[in-house]
Amino acid sequence: MTQITSTMAGTVLQVLVNQGDEIENGQAVMMLESMKMEIPVEAETAGKVSEVKVNAGDFVNEGDTLLVLE
Amino acid sequence: MQSETIQNRLKEARDTIKKGGKPKYHEKLSEQGKMFARTRIEHLVDEGSFKEDAMFANFNAGDLPADGVITGTGLVEGRPVCIMANDSTIKAGSWGARTVEKIIRIQETAEKLRVPMLYLVDSAGARITDQLDMFPNRRGAGRIFHNQVRLSGTIPQICLLFGPSAAGGAYIPAFCDIVIMVEGNASMYLGSPRMAEKVIGEKVSLEEMGGARMHCSVSGCGDVLAKDEEEAIEHAVNYLSYFPLNFEGEIPVKEARAKQSDKELSGLILANQNAPFNMYEAIDTLIDEGSFFEIKKLFAPELITGFARMNGKPVGIIANQPKAKGGVLFVDSADKGAKFIQLCDAFNIPLLFLADVPGFMIGTKVERAGIIRHGAKLISAMSSATVPKISVVVRKAYGAGLYAMAGPAFEPDCCIALPSAQIAVMGPEAAVNAVYSNKIQDIEDPKEKIAFAQEKHKEYQEEIDIYRLASELIIDDIVEPDELRDVLISRFEYYASKTIPMPPKKHPVYPV
Repeated sequence: MTQITSTMAGTVLQVLVNQGDEIENGQAVMMLESMKMEIPVEAETAGKVSEVKVNAGDFVNEGDTLLVLE
Repeated sequence: MQSETIQNRLKEARDTIKKGGKPKYHEKLSEQGKMFARTRIEHLVDEGSFKEDAMFANFNAGDLPADGVITGTGLVEGRPVCIMANDSTIKAGSWGARTVEKIIRIQETAEKLRVPMLYLVDSAGARITDQLDMFPNRRGAGRIFHNQVRLSGTIPQICLLFGPSAAGGAYIPAFCDIVIMVEGNASMYLGSPRMAEKVIGEKVSLEEMGGARMHCSVSGCGDVLAKDEEEAIEHAVNYLSYFPLNFEGEIPVKEARAKQSDKELSGLILANQNAPFNMYEAIDTLIDEGSFFEIKKLFAPELITGFARMNGKPVGIIANQPKAKGGVLFVDSADKGAKFIQLCDAFNIPLLFLADVPGFMIGTKVERAGIIRHGAKLISAMSSATVPKISVVVRKAYGAGLYAMAGPAFEPDCCIALPSAQIAVMGPEAAVNAVYSNKIQDIEDPKEKIAFAQEKHKEYQEEIDIYRLASELIIDDIVEPDELRDVLISRFEYYASKTIPMPPKKHPVYPV
């Protein structure tokens, strides 16, 4: 089980994957907004999304879990 | 003529010393994917160029060849360097009295010869049994670090970390200009996992606590992560190719090459200021092919730092990376930038700043981590740098981000804007919100509300229009992206003769 965490504090702008999706290493899985910038969150490993922990509009802190991979 | 016995004695002694430790320790090396210390030196230097000092150290002890460290002078790509290399086949590369004395002496040699000092580290630390002779005294281990500090900025100091550097020994890498670590084998820690468990009750693996990847991506103690020893040595040779032998030496110039990328910069810049943009692609349109040597690639990726050549000449690049954390400056990026700028300035390597920065990060977390003093450290390093420095605003430079990236007030030799650039205290959305948020809230009609915000947004855009800033002499020029490489090459040529008198003082009080 791998977790994808937020690289910085900000708001979730867009969730780009759904539960059950197979994702590739380096794929953008979420778009955050912070400091008025769009920040892509990229997967560091390939895997299947077992859980999406956040919704668009949520505030997340640096290190918060965004997605869980199987 | 010498008698045969005398001749044989010397040959036998040398052969014994060159074998290092017992065969079982050599076997262990190959199991770990490690080279013998003498083989490492052979890989590093030009063939036959290494002249060893004090190989007979502790000869009389019988089982401590060279006292566990090989020191001497050799050539790397035809240029002299001084080297020390721990031999981990002898008491795990630990330091006895003569080991320490040899390291001190080779440092003194490097200082006298004014040539780079390379530390090939693979050592368990102090030999506790010898501590009185090697730890606290005037020419004890502390002196190695004292010498490193004294040498800093006069000659390049490079650490290749092949194995552990434990406890006090961990300060050798810490005082070097650059640390190249071999993944899986290199480690750096003050207390081993065993000690951590005994003293503070923590259970942790060596890799997690002090491994190469951790140091290159989390702690920032490592600069370059190498997959094996050969690659680490190649990196060291490559690194040296950007540097003079000492701070007054000539910077090596290579043959000019075509630019790294076929792409044009104009095609890469996104009109939307807030969208992620890959600064590496922009750098590739500016530098000579194959010339990029990145420092701290895995650490604080929101700020890119690295050496490159333009028209064959070395330049240090500091660039915001909007693709990582929006290019926002954090505590770690400030540290990373400050050290890199100091390194370039110490050895007269010109600086190129590529700004695409929304500012320093805000929020509780970073304030508690001291973002202001870390930011001050970056700004101080940049401000103190007297090498030629050119600042290019690629898309935006907001707030103190403009300052950190060598904005106009910090005496860059020129501040260039691309036509897409915006320079302001903050971006349009944030500014309209800051000034008019009450007013916008008071407007009841939603359409009117949007129209008002849009109008103020437009007014703000006009206010910070780049031609207006050029008209007010804030920036020195607006340059077509596709001409930027040529402009930078010419300007760096002109600025090479730059001299700046410094106000008389001992040294600044550095913000740290």
